[in-house]
Amino acid sequence: MRNIIAICKRELLSFFVSPIAYFVITGFTLLVGYFFFNYFSIFLRMQQMSQVIAMRGGQLPNLNQTVIEGVYQTMIVILVFLVPLLTMRIVAEEKRRGTFELLLTSPLSVSEIVLGKFLSLAVIIFVMLGISAIFPLLLIIYGSPEVAPIISGFVGVLLCTLGFASIGMAVSSFTENQIVAGVSSMVTLLLLYVIQAPAESLGGVGAEILRYLSPIDQMQGFVQGVVTLRSITYFVSMIVLGLFLSQRALDAHRWR
Amino acid sequence: MIEVKKLSKNYGDYKAVDQVSFTATKGQIVGFLGPNGAGKTTTIRMLSTYMPPSSGTALVAGFDVLTEACQVRRRIGYLPENPPLYGEMTVGEYLRFVGEIKGVPRAQLKSQIANVMERCFITDVRNKLCQHLSRGYRQRVGLAQAIIHDPEVIILDEPTSGLDPKQIIEIRQLIKSLGQDRTVLLSTHILPEVSMVCNKVVIVNRGRIVFESLIADLTRDKSLEQIFLESVSTDEVVDAASCVNQGG
Repeated sequence: MRNIIAICKRELLSFFVSPIAYFVITGFTLLVGYFFFNYFSIFLRMQQMSQVIAMRGGQLPNLNQTVIEGVYQTMIVILVFLVPLLTMRIVAEEKRRGTFELLLTSPLSVSEIVLGKFLSLAVIIFVMLGISAIFPLLLIIYGSPEVAPIISGFVGVLLCTLGFASIGMAVSSFTENQIVAGVSSMVTLLLLYVIQAPAESLGGVGAEILRYLSPIDQMQGFVQGVVTLRSITYFVSMIVLGLFLSQRALDAHRWR
Repeated sequence: MIEVKKLSKNYGDYKAVDQVSFTATKGQIVGFLGPNGAGKTTTIRMLSTYMPPSSGTALVAGFDVLTEACQVRRRIGYLPENPPLYGEMTVGEYLRFVGEIKGVPRAQLKSQIANVMERCFITDVRNKLCQHLSRGYRQRVGLAQAIIHDPEVIILDEPTSGLDPKQIIEIRQLIKSLGQDRTVLLSTHILPEVSMVCNKVVIVNRGRIVFESLIADLTRDKSLEQIFLESVSTDEVVDAASCVNQGG
């Protein structure tokens, strides 16, 4: 445990000494804020027209549906692009500058290295999402949304981000080039994000599988306040898979 | 101590290290000498448990580098060819981190850091970022990192490269003092360094051991330089001889 903490502390120090963490966190907050503003203006506009909508028998605007769901689903898109920027250097950089040799000749297990690094990513992600939690909080303070879906949706975004980070770390473990790591994980996550696209035309079991693999589909339950074991399993499997692949990649490095 | 038995490393068909055997006991400073590309770094990487050998075994501090790697790692200090520094950390932060992952007890960490900084003459740069250090200082921080947990066996890959003459003298003295109650394996391609610092020499060429002797046993009529030149060119001589035989 002491080793995991030591690795994690060192990673955090690197994150906050270099400007990467600040840039990613600021960029994320800025983008989420802008989308929050957008969705909120749509909601206000709909509210102004609510009488007309009601007369025509349409659905009345709902704070949760319009703003919260929109913001959470958009967060996932932003994270597809920003998480790789956080994870690309995490292992690749060690290999390039030779510090990997120090880690592998120290009394540490590969699992400790992987867990320590993942823990540091988790801390950054907590900070990043924690700051952007201010937007839903504003709604709770000044509006009257349903609180449960806001919280469950936030947990969903958190799990999804950790899953993305875990995959990004695995990709970074396979190369010593940061740019290669960054681009490959961005492509991987983007592909995962749109994986359910051909489901409609495919149909059958294939469609079911593609829908299950899609983070958007899995997020849907969370943002609506319906947390299923199926979705939790999905995100936890993503995290475990990423950690497992990282562990394998680092172990394999020794045997080349 | 270090006990190497028929250690080999192949990269595909290429034999980087071929059946290397030698020993180094406690209190010995062994100079690991050879031209560039002789297999010094590969051998050292196997001894430091960074790479597994293709065949053969090696005991470092009494433990097998392949099957008891973790025990070995606890007992060795290792300075790779390029000092493994984190540029964005200060020297003090870096040594603290290395101390933690090498398992230095928390209570001793602070005194141990101060101790190695003094021994390696880096106390005055303790608050500098590693990326701002000159080559000589980087090398010395690398050496401090290798001895922070007071290891039984110290493996140094060209520790004096890039240092100025005064620093070289200081580092050689440090290595000598470290070697009194430990085992030190020192790779180098500087001949005088071996005769000045080491009490045993092992010469490798093309992945093989070509000469092994205590410095004290070297005869007066043959200098280390002559021995080195002879042993490094043995292969060519043999080749030439076989050519002559075939021709005759």
